[in-house]
Amino acid sequence: MSAILNDSILNDETKKVLTAPLVNDNPITLQVLGICSALAVTSQMSTSLIMALALTLVTAFSSAAISAIRNHIPSSIRIIVQMTIIASLVIVVDQVLKAFAYDVSKQLSVFVGLIITNCIVMGRAEGYAMKNPPLESFMDGIGNGLGYSLILVIVAFFRETLGSGKLLGIEVFKLTKDGGWYDPNGLMLLPPSAFFIIGLIIWGVRQWKPAQAEKVEFKIMSISHGEGGHH
Amino acid sequence: MTEKKINCKHMTALCEKLNEYESYRKFIVYKDKVLALGNDSLEKTIAIAVALCLVCAVLVSFAAVALKPLQIDNKAADMKKNILDVAGLLEEGANINTAFAQKIEAKIVDLETGAYVENINADEYDQRKAAKDPAQSIAIPKDKDIAHIRVKAKYAKVFLVKDGGKLKSIILPMHGYGLWSTLYGFLSLEADGQTVQSINFYDQQETPGLGGEVVNPNWRALWKGKKVYAESEQHSADKGSIAEASIGEPALSLIKGAVDTTRPGSQYQVDGLAGATLTSTGVTNLVRYWMGNEGFAPYLKKVRTVQGS
Repeated sequence: MSAILNDSILNDETKKVLTAPLVNDNPITLQVLGICSALAVTSQMSTSLIMALALTLVTAFSSAAISAIRNHIPSSIRIIVQMTIIASLVIVVDQVLKAFAYDVSKQLSVFVGLIITNCIVMGRAEGYAMKNPPLESFMDGIGNGLGYSLILVIVAFFRETLGSGKLLGIEVFKLTKDGGWYDPNGLMLLPPSAFFIIGLIIWGVRQWKPAQAEKVEFKIMSISHGEGGHH
Repeated sequence: MTEKKINCKHMTALCEKLNEYESYRKFIVYKDKVLALGNDSLEKTIAIAVALCLVCAVLVSFAAVALKPLQIDNKAADMKKNILDVAGLLEEGANINTAFAQKIEAKIVDLETGAYVENINADEYDQRKAAKDPAQSIAIPKDKDIAHIRVKAKYAKVFLVKDGGKLKSIILPMHGYGLWSTLYGFLSLEADGQTVQSINFYDQQETPGLGGEVVNPNWRALWKGKKVYAESEQHSADKGSIAEASIGEPALSLIKGAVDTTRPGSQYQVDGLAGATLTSTGVTNLVRYWMGNEGFAPYLKKVRTVQGS
């Protein structure tokens, strides 16, 4: 009886850690982590997908590995241990990309290496994997990776279509320079456009789920407040 | 823990196995002892750190060694792609290796004399490696080192594009210091050794968006048709072949702002990169260095004489 109960709790927990980071607890829109790479790699869908895959794998496997040895990690070298595991996995991912997807790895350049310092990976290791068993930590890593991926794909969709009239390198809008009708928006190819799009997504999500909106920390009072007079 | 190793005199193989097993057993006992220690004890902290480093080092070195051959192939294919690109021969979907083998011929040039060196296998020669080897390189005197590269290889690897036996273009490697990094690239010249066909930087770490714009196709397109060497007046009337006497020093440079094409001398000027003065100066210097007497000027002179005869 208790085994069945445990099983169903595990499943619920697994489901929760897997789906919550997609919208309700999204690392980018709610926690506002991992913004830097979201700005840098999203001008094309193909680089975004590879980056999303790389980050998801690194988060999942580093969380699982850290969680597996969590009971034996000396607290004084806790962060270094986490960093060593994450860095090793990132180097492996980087080597694999250089061997099997050379062009993409050239475009991603430093950003694969920078997964090491991506706040999402460290955040999940320290915040979840240090306190939970390996399987859940793995799922939590996958979930947060997918949450990150979702935002990256949405941003890349708008940036690539509006910025270069293409999607995954295939033409969707015919550009004026090729005799078509669409004049590409150059701003979409620059990193600031990702800020605007992510901002709009956060606004949309918080309209849909008002619970995510932060409480106002202080209120700006007008000078006339309380005087009762008019100017 | 007090057991001693067996002194192996007889049945050595079995005996060594037993000793091996004994070391393994000791390791397990030690491992259990360490894991049972408090997490914050000094011994455990050091043991965990060492063990973690070993495991991670094995993982990383395995990945690096196992994937190396594939990465080398990728790099070689990428280099061929860059050469095809600067030659204007890159076709979408075509096999790079076959296209390269069909259309492009690698040659080794002695930079000092400008003559071809036939006794070196051009396919295996690596100019970047040679520049680092004291036996195969020459130190550049400070006053002549405008590209800030300090040493150059004695022999350079150039690429020729031929069409039915007739020389179509010459692809010359160049490198030099920009703002943050050494820029490596190719300059492709027409058979006259004077008119630029294209330029391509394949390895650089300049600021993305500013100096990094050296890879921008729109900027690279500005180079087409520019002249490398200053020509004296009498030449401009006579367009067919280039009289050797009319060829002067390298004059090509990047200028601030946009080039006014109506002005005389604009054929030697290319728009500078906005917001990247130092990278632009670096590009001017490296082009002038490699096209000058220290670089390919003797070689191009020879090419022109052969073409003219």
